[in-house]
Parts: sequence; C-alpha cells; structure tokens
Amino acid sequence: MEPTFIDTLRGIVGPDHTLSDRESLALYGYDSTPELEARPAVVLLPGHRDEIIRVMELCHGAGVSVTPRGSGTNLSGGSLSAGGVVIQTSRMNRILELDEENLTATVEPGVITSTLHREVERRGLFYPPDPGSMNISTLGGNVAENSGGLRGLKYGVTADYVMGLETVLADGSLLTTGGKAVKDVAGYTTTPLLVSSEGTLGLFTAITVKLIPKPRTKATMLAHFTTMEEAALTVSAIIAAKVIPATLEFLDQVTIRCVEAYAHVGLPLDVAAVLLIEVDGHPAVVAEEAAAVEAICRGHRASLFQTAATPEEALNLATARRTALSALARVKPTTILEDATVPRSCIAPMLQAIQDAADRHRVTIGTFGHAGDGNLHPTCLTDERDQDEIRRAHAAFTEIFEAAIALGGTITGEHGVGLAKKKYLPRLVGETGIRIMRGIKAAFDPQGTLNPGKIF
Amino acid sequence: MDELSLITCMRCGTCLATCPTYRETYLESGSPRGRVALLRKVLEGELEQSERLLGFLALCLDCQACATACPSGVNAGSLVAEFFGERTAAQGLGGMERLILRHLLPHPDRLEAATTPLRLYQRVGLQRLVRRMGFLKLFPPIIERMDGLLPSLPSRPLRQTIDEVTPPQGTERGTVGFFLGCVMSLVFAEASRASIQLLSALGYRVITPREQVCCGAPNMLAGDLEGLRGEARRNLSVFGQLQVDYIVTDCGGCGAELKRYGHHLDHLPEAEAFSAKVRDISQLLAQHTDELGTMLQPLPVTVTWHDACHIAHCQGIRREPRELLRLIPGLELREMADADACCGSGGDYNLRQPEMADRVLARKLESIATTGADVVVTGNPGCLLQLRQGLAKGLPQTRVQHLTELLAASLTGQPPG
Ligand SMILES: Cc1cc2nc3c(=O)[nH]c(=O)nc-3n(C[C@H](O)[C@H](O)[C@H](O)COP(=O)(O)OP(=O)(O)OC[C@H]3O[C@@H](n4cnc5c(N)ncnc54)[C@H](O)[C@@H]3O)c2cc1C
Ligand code: SF4
Ligand code: SF4
Repeated sequence: MEPTFIDTLRGIVGPDHTLSDRESLALYGYDSTPELEARPAVVLLPGHRDEIIRVMELCHGAGVSVTPRGSGTNLSGGSLSAGGVVIQTSRMNRILELDEENLTATVEPGVITSTLHREVERRGLFYPPDPGSMNISTLGGNVAENSGGLRGLKYGVTADYVMGLETVLADGSLLTTGGKAVKDVAGYTTTPLLVSSEGTLGLFTAITVKLIPKPRTKATMLAHFTTMEEAALTVSAIIAAKVIPATLEFLDQVTIRCVEAYAHVGLPLDVAAVLLIEVDGHPAVVAEEAAAVEAICRGHRASLFQTAATPEEALNLATARRTALSALARVKPTTILEDATVPRSCIAPMLQAIQDAADRHRVTIGTFGHAGDGNLHPTCLTDERDQDEIRRAHAAFTEIFEAAIALGGTITGEHGVGLAKKKYLPRLVGETGIRIMRGIKAAFDPQGTLNPGKIF
Repeated sequence: MDELSLITCMRCGTCLATCPTYRETYLESGSPRGRVALLRKVLEGELEQSERLLGFLALCLDCQACATACPSGVNAGSLVAEFFGERTAAQGLGGMERLILRHLLPHPDRLEAATTPLRLYQRVGLQRLVRRMGFLKLFPPIIERMDGLLPSLPSRPLRQTIDEVTPPQGTERGTVGFFLGCVMSLVFAEASRASIQLLSALGYRVITPREQVCCGAPNMLAGDLEGLRGEARRNLSVFGQLQVDYIVTDCGGCGAELKRYGHHLDHLPEAEAFSAKVRDISQLLAQHTDELGTMLQPLPVTVTWHDACHIAHCQGIRREPRELLRLIPGLELREMADADACCGSGGDYNLRQPEMADRVLARKLESIATTGADVVVTGNPGCLLQLRQGLAKGLPQTRVQHLTELLAASLTGQPPG
C-alpha cells in the first residue's frame, strides 16, 4: 500500500489510531482461529461513524479492501486481512440508548457483550445472547457472526434480538434498516440478511436490540453420567418432555478434567459426561421444571444429580463452562475446534460419529457444546509441530462434517464460515445456494471491497 | 524462554478483558495475547528485538491479571518479565543497578543508612520548602515523581526498633517468624508494628530476626536472578535456624516472592519447606476469625478493599481480607468495581511508564470514588504508596491504610489518625 494512502487514512482517523508499523501489524495477523495468519497493511481504530464513511469512500475508490474487526475472537478467520485495511471498532463503545418503554437498547458496535448485560440487568432487563467469549466479544462481532451462547435453547441467538442496524456499505453510503417497531414488512426484510454476514456486506455502526424482562429466578443443576450416550439421550428426553431449559450444556470427560484444572469448581473427574442445566422464569414454574428435569435425569441413570445451592455456585458453574475451549489447550498446545450442529434429536448418533472419527484417525477429541441446540464443539487436542497428527485431525473433521450433514445438520452452528470452512460450504448449500449468496454480495458490494475471500 | 507456554496461547482473547493496558489502549500490542505473540515471533525469528517491540513489552505492568484469566494456564506477565530478565542477564547489570541490587538490598544496614538523608530531609521541614520552590525540577523528572510517592517516613526503620521476640499474649498458640519487607520496614513501620501486635494478641510468639534480608523481588524485577538466589539462601538460613510454624509477611510482594523460593532454588527441599510455611498476614489472621470477632471494637467507617496484584493474582488470596474486614463491628465494606484491577504501581513501573501508570491509577481512583468509602484498605506497600499519592491529588477526603493498621485500631478501640 502506498505510504501516501496510509497518510491520508491517518489524517482521517488520527495518528494515534492508525497502525502501520511492522510489529503492530504482525499482531493483527491472527484472531482466535487456529492455524490461520494473514498480514493487513494498516489497522485503523476510528472513533466515529463519519470517519468510517470517509475511509470506506476512499478505499472503495482506490480498490483497497476493508475488513471489520471487533475483539478478534471469532473462530473462522473472519477478521483477517491480507494486505488490506482493518477497521477495529473497539473505541466506538458507547451505549447510545436504553429505551425502557420500548424495551430496546441501541449501541455502538464496539460495546462488549457483557457490558451490555450488566447495564440492562441493572434495570431489571435482559439481553440473552451470551457467547462463551462474552466478556470480550463485541456486539458488532456478535451480530456479524450471529453468535449463540449458553442460553440459546430457550432464548435463541443474536439474530432473534437484532431489530435495527445502521450500516456503512462498501462505497461509504449509509443504510438504515429496521428499528424499534416490532412489526415491519416494508419491502424485503434486510436486517436479518445483514446478521451473520461476517463483515462482507457492510460495517455496522449502530445496533438496536430487543430486551426482555429479566427472569425472576433460576435453578442451576449438574447431572453426572457414566456413559456419553445416556447424557445424549437425556438431552432429547428433556426436550421431548416439553421442558425448555435456558441452558442445556454438555461436557465430556476430557473437557471436564481441563475445566476443573483451571476453575476448581468441584466437577467430577471420573464420569463420562455431565450436563449443565439451567431453568429460569417464574419461581413456581422453575420449581416445577427443575423437578421434571431431575426426574428425567435420574430416569436416565444419572449417577449423581446436584443443584447449585447459592447464586455464586450457579455463576461459578456457568463461568467454568465458558472456559471449556481455552481450558482444553492445557493438554496440548494446539486446539482445533469445530462447530458441527445437528437436529436436537440426533445428539447421540453425532457423538458416536465423533468418537468413531477420533478412533479411526488416532486423535484425541474433547467434546462440549450447546447440546440443547444440537450444537457440539468437538475439539481436537494436538500440536502444530506434529504435521502428521494435524493431517489426521483434519481428516477426522472432514468425516465429522459428513456425518453432521448426513444427519440433517450443518457445518457451523455459530462460528461462521469465514476462511476456515469455505471449502465445505458448497457441499452444504449446493450450487444454487452459492449463486444466490454471490448475488446478494454483488447487490451490496459489487467491487468486492468488504472482507474479500470470506464465506465463498 | 519456554516455547511450549508460548504456543499454548490459543489466542482466545479471554485475557484482554481484564488487562489494564488493553483497557486503556484497545491495542493488540497492549494486550497479553499480543505480548505472547510478540515473544513467540521473536523466538521464531519473525521479529527482531526492535525499540518499538521492546516498548510494547515494557508497557506490561506484570500485574498478572492475565494469568488469573487464562484458562489455558499461560502467564503473559511473567513471560514478559522472564524475557527482560534473560536480556539483562545477557547484558549484565548497569552500575547503579548493581550498586542497589548487590550492595544495598542484601545489607539492610547499608540500605537503611542510604535512606537516612531522605529521612532527615523530611524531618527538618526542608521537604516542603524544597517542594514549593520546585527545586526538584532541577533533577530528572524521575526524582520528582519518587518524591511525590513518598509519605513522611518513620524516624527509624522498624527493623531497628522492633524487639526480636514479641511474646504471645494469653495462652501460647504457636511461633511465627515475621518477614519484614524493606519498604514496610522503611516506610510503613506502623503497619508492620500493627501486624506483629495482632499476631501476639492472638497468642503467637513473633520472632523478627534482624539478620533477614530483602526477599529478592527487586532483583527479580531487574533480571538479577543470581542476586535473588543469594538473598533467598540468606533468608533460608536465618529462618531455618528458628523453630517456627509459619513465616508471615504483611507485604504482598514479598509474600508472592517468598512463596516461589522453592521454584527459584531448583526445588531444594529446604527452600520448598520454607515456601510452604509462608503466609500472607491475612491468611493467618483469617484462621482465627472466632477469636478476633470477640476482641475487635467498633469502628464506624466505610471502607473498600483493593486487591493488590501480588495478593489476588499472584497468591490467589481474595476471601480472607474481606472476611477480616467484615469482623470489625460498625465497619461497612463496599466492593469497588474491578477490585482486582492493578493500581498502576507495579514495582518501579510508576517511574518507568509514568503516563500509563497515571491512566491505570485514574481508573482505580474512579472505582474507589464511586464507592464513597472513607478508607481504601490494601495489603501491599507498592499500592499504599501509589494510592496515597493518587488520593492526595484526586480524592483528598479518602485515606489509604494497610489492613493490619485498621484491624489493630479496632483491637485497641482507637480510631486511626
Ligand atoms: C473462548 C471462546 C468462546 C466462544 N464462544 C462462543 C459461543 O459460545 N457462541 C458463539 O457463537 N461464538 C463463540 N465464540 C466465537 C466469537 O467469540 C464470536 O464469533 C464473537 O461474536 C466474535 O466477536 P468479536 O468482537 O471478537 O468479533 P471479531 O472476531 O473481531 O469479528 C468477527 C466477524 O465479524 C465481523 N465484524 C466485526 N465487527 C463488525 C462490524 N461492526 N460490522 C460488520 N462486521 C463486523 C468481522 O469482519 C469478522 O468477520 C467464542 C470464541 C472464543 C475464543
Ligand atoms: S494468554 Fe490465555 S487467555 Fe490470553 S489469549 Fe492466550 S490462551 Fe487466551
Ligand atoms: S501482566 Fe497485566 S499488564 Fe501485563 S499483559 Fe498481563 S494483564 Fe496485561
């Protein structure tokens, strides 16, 4: 990139918020995706939407690519740029409005997810999407990836809460979609299309989300199982019994041991799997549902069933679960995780398929995930210095994807396609699917300025 | 540098949320994840040790909030410290560093003598005159900052005035070896006097050997591992001769270092045994909450607890000090937001990186101000110095005190001055 071009960008965003030195750029070569690195030419941290508009106009005119970035915690390589401009939104972190009459919040894209949680919960309100990374992930990243979380089973994912977006498009024009009105059928519903667009259609500069009243109470439970299958069958049985817990998380033995080594919350080290279950709502309903969950778990031979005695204990369990992915890195330095998702009733065969693939390719896989959503994260524990094992890990994952698709599922439930799963997408959505997606991309960004090379 | 711990970082970003320098800069280069990546790229030869790279690393406070946060067991703060240690070891110590680390710290008498001029200067009132005249402006700004940090010093260091053996009151419960931190003894003598008083009131015989030397933390900070080992051996032999149940310190930084003697001396059995006996004063006192509860008198103050990095992140102690504070009748404990966020003191950080230290401090003061507390309580001399200076400028109505000063005030029923 021409130094004069960088100088012009610097003039817009300010010298303190423009990074073009070798050392800094080397640190924007990664996000949380294993095995991927790319080097941008310049990183900008704008403080205002208007700066973004001017940068986009300039880059569009000059044929320079732009990649949005929040905190760089995505797991599909979506925030990486080879030779282009990266726009990190962290400085745009104001909560613009909390509208208690309409139950909405409007935020800038760099607001941290858990900061929004804290602010709305102080007012007795609730913003449910809570990805494992919520203490550092940004709302912009959450919307762009349509992130799920631990409360997805009952409350859904980010898309279920996004009501309106202000988006800067590739050529610098500003698109406003949706808003606070709960009903809106004026033309195509564009907002949901922008959710999960992985930075390829536009850069969100303001996000309006729906809030709901905070559940009055909750019960947090932990069920131990001596076989993975019984745990999996319990998941299906709970849902079939028409109880919808807020949280229904699965952890296998490998994961349990790693999490316990970090968090010391008293997880059992000798069981095959645990389910972390949380029901919430009106106290009477919570009591009833908790009893139903307990009966089902015991009916499926749970070897032990515990209920958190205090809110702190409950919080500690959920917090421990959030560390699962990173904790697995304790065993071996490189963790490659996947995001296979199947219909809820197919959790047991999916777990079996994961086990078979691991055995066949002689790799260690720890599995945890949002079992209630049918969303599992089989995570291969390996060492990037062992090329042979890395090859076997990828072979195992190819089989796992095949199995997920065969069971009527998908290759990614919440982490997005980005660079990492690009090659599997055609297999899933078919030629027509790819053609339609390309058409949508062309409608928004015919020159391919925004986040090129991602998704397809 | 340990390659395995560098590649164990899986770049999840969990640590960014609580890193003080990331929260100020939002830059990867100011984050634990970025620092580990820099070290890895240096090790792999992708980046050189350029001025800029060293600058990014030097901005790290070594507060170890990242270590608490990291589920994978990576400790970015200490990896950075280790890196600088290895660099110093390769380059050798500078003249001034050598003088302080090798000739003053291992000899408390000389250290105390060296600080006598400062003491005198404060005593005779020259300090105020000189400060007002901006005389210090003539010296490098570093001295001016240091002067701003110093409270009025006790007339003599505690090491010179405390009895080597303080007998237990009532039935004897056990024997404690008291480790006197350099700064505690030189600057916060009253707090350590209070610590000893509390231990004695609980029935401990307290032995404060005069031959003990610096714990070695300043050597560690400067990358002088050899100096550190010398001091560690000296302390091992001094305390090894005593039959003590515990070795207690009221300096968070010393406690963290003493607990690592086993590690520093290659797991020598005597060193491991020594480290196993070390307790922060709050840990030992919290074993006796029942007795203390009956002894403490009302103290109508509102306080907030600041988790010193060396206590919360390095030693994992959070519950005990809060339990102790709640024992004081009439005292109200209000939690501040991010109580375990660094105050910006970090060894000599305040002097090396004044701008970032001030920003980190400003955030801390904001958390303190929101609680409306009369007193900030903590357990580490570095934080006492830093907070005292910050409060004087920004929140003059709020005081800072060591935990044991407050407990001792409640013990004697005399509100602190
Ligand atoms: C330990 C760990 C746990 C995780 N747990 C979960 C989980 O439970 N559920 C889940 O769904 N994900 C999870 N993730 C993945 C990740 O945290 C989420 O995808 C998160 O939403 C990313 O947010 P970010 O701010 O880091 O975005 P980034 O990683 O910086 O960016 C993600 C994508 O969004 C785009 N983007 C960012 N900001 C904008 C914007 N303002 N406008 C347009 N595009 C933008 C980027 O170009 C990129 O394609 C986890 C990750 C880790 C490391
Ligand atoms: S140091 Fe730990 S918490 Fe931080 S990015 Fe690396 S693995 Fe994650
Ligand atoms: S030690 Fe503190 S300042 Fe340094 S990287 Fe860790 S959290 Fe950040």
